[in-house]
Amino acid sequence: MSRVLLIEDDEAVRDGLQLALTRQGHTVHAAGTGEQGLGRLPEADVVVLDLMLPGMDGFEVCRRIRAEGDLPIIMLTARDDDMDVVAGLEAGADDYVVKPVRARVLEARIRAVLRRGTTTDARPRPEGDDYRGLTIDRAGLVVSKNGRTIGLTPTELRLLLELSSSPGRVLSRQQLLEAVWEHGYLGDSRLVDACVQRLRAKIEDDPAGPLYIQTVRGFGYRFGPL
Amino acid sequence: MRSLRTRLLLAFALLTTVTAAAVAGGMYVNARDVIVQQTQDAAVRTMTDRVSTARLQLPPSGDGLIGVLSDRDTSAKIVYNGQSFGDQNLRVSPELRAEVRTGRVAWQRVSGGGSIWLVVGMAPVNRATNRPYGVELYTQRRMDNEDQRVNQLATIAWGLGAASLVLAMTLAWLAARGVLRPVRDLDMAAHRLGLGDLTTRVPVRGTDELAGVARTFNVTASALEHQVGELRRFVADVSHELRTPLAAMTAVADILDEEAPNLPGDAGQAARLVSQETRNLTRLVDDLMEISRFDSGTAGLALDAVDLAAAITATLHTRGWLDMVETRLPPIVAPVDRRRLDVIVANLVGNALRHGAAPVSVTLDAFPGWVVITVSDNGKGLPAEVLPHVFDRFYKADTARSRSEGSGLGLAIAWENAHLHHGTLVAANRPDGGAVFTLRLPSGTTS
Repeated sequence: MSRVLLIEDDEAVRDGLQLALTRQGHTVHAAGTGEQGLGRLPEADVVVLDLMLPGMDGFEVCRRIRAEGDLPIIMLTARDDDMDVVAGLEAGADDYVVKPVRARVLEARIRAVLRRGTTTDARPRPEGDDYRGLTIDRAGLVVSKNGRTIGLTPTELRLLLELSSSPGRVLSRQQLLEAVWEHGYLGDSRLVDACVQRLRAKIEDDPAGPLYIQTVRGFGYRFGPL
Repeated sequence: MRSLRTRLLLAFALLTTVTAAAVAGGMYVNARDVIVQQTQDAAVRTMTDRVSTARLQLPPSGDGLIGVLSDRDTSAKIVYNGQSFGDQNLRVSPELRAEVRTGRVAWQRVSGGGSIWLVVGMAPVNRATNRPYGVELYTQRRMDNEDQRVNQLATIAWGLGAASLVLAMTLAWLAARGVLRPVRDLDMAAHRLGLGDLTTRVPVRGTDELAGVARTFNVTASALEHQVGELRRFVADVSHELRTPLAAMTAVADILDEEAPNLPGDAGQAARLVSQETRNLTRLVDDLMEISRFDSGTAGLALDAVDLAAAITATLHTRGWLDMVETRLPPIVAPVDRRRLDVIVANLVGNALRHGAAPVSVTLDAFPGWVVITVSDNGKGLPAEVLPHVFDRFYKADTARSRSEGSGLGLAIAWENAHLHHGTLVAANRPDGGAVFTLRLPSGTTS
């Protein structure tokens, strides 16, 4: 199974989640502070991160993890405060759950975020598809721009694959939430918006005037037309 | 009820009437007396002048003296030795006659033939003997001119009185409005405060007593707002503090559920109980947090054009209720908050399934400007005494009802959500039995 790095300051919550996730078959490394957690990143496949931490707060931890790599991050927030969620997503989190959370729900989110990093394309094409300088290798899960590889988180990658699989077609936020995040009916569309922003920052020449991922006001997003 | 405005106007009217009557009436009486007095004096003076210039012969020959005493407006009569000469229509009352015989110049006002007459009488005295000649002279003069002048005066007095009354009423109305506007402002503000708008304040104008009342009202409202705010914050803080231990318990509750069948007897039952109650407590705390957000005004509305039929179906589907509920859901799109609509529908249907009897039905209709969602059941309906309280927080219709069936906040939250959408949610009983909850939401169209 996967290796989960759990960064949570409350001992009881930390122990409870560690117990439950371990029981589901994950290897759980627990840390009580952001500083401790950052030291254990190489041992993890996914980070479950509490936002309210003493010392370095969750948002800062989130930014540091993003600066180092594309490790998936699931935020654990005690408040479903809009500002917290938005700030966390902007800091680079892939998904979030609101405490108290059932172990089952958190487990499902962990699985979903990890699945995004695995290939689903049965037709490997080593050269990849080229979209005006943006090359997407659907089998190898590598994206490059003008020959230079771009580091994408699994969520960003899956979102790009989803959109580019049908260029020119508009996908609603709801459709993207179900396809990429595997969220049910009441998913939070801000997840999509935040991820689109991050993706644009990485692949677009001008993120404010995007070429690849275009917004269709009132409907959703569209890949192209190029 | 007689309003303050009416009372003020009445008081002003009364005051004006009394003042005008006193002033105008006094002037009128005074002026009338002066006019009458002047006329009488003039008449008496004319007569004595004429008598003093005439040469009196005894017995009086009549015509000569009559001629001297009469003129265009005045007729005369002479009485001597029981005989009378001159104007025989001139009637002299016994009182006047008695007065004249004492040697004084006397007069009397009499009415007759539709006019007022002034009758003046005198009995000339022989200056040499200082004895009366025994002749009585009377003149009669019509007073109509003076009467007209007096009537004119009365009309003017009435007119002035009426005009001052109108003026006074206008001033009173203006004064009443000036006084009553702050009173009305206060009344409306107190009403709003009573309805729960604790931010209500009234403008303080000037430095009078009403301004003092307005200031006191504002201070009281501020204090109330502060205290209610403290209470609400306390509830929010308590709910928030409960979340951390609950987070730990919720994380491991599933383990208890999974292990319960393997635990011996009581332990298994205890494990299930703890697990179930942890979930109930979580729901209660979530609902408390939700209510806190409504109370503090931080509940936000994220409107989307939503296919209501699909949304309601999804709500029923995710809770496994699709097979238990009859639906009539035509395709209608309206601007709603997807999550909040889910909360409303889930609470109403959950409530119907728990407390009503099958079949529970959900219908959707569009009217101009509104969309209407109804949730009805075929149970006994809501007792009359419950109906007004059905959306109250923690209101228990049946005191014997098991606590674990819901947080007791579900319908209150549904109501708050409906109002956040600027819609309404009402409960009623159907004529043929069963309760019906009707949710009306703005459809976003301007028709």
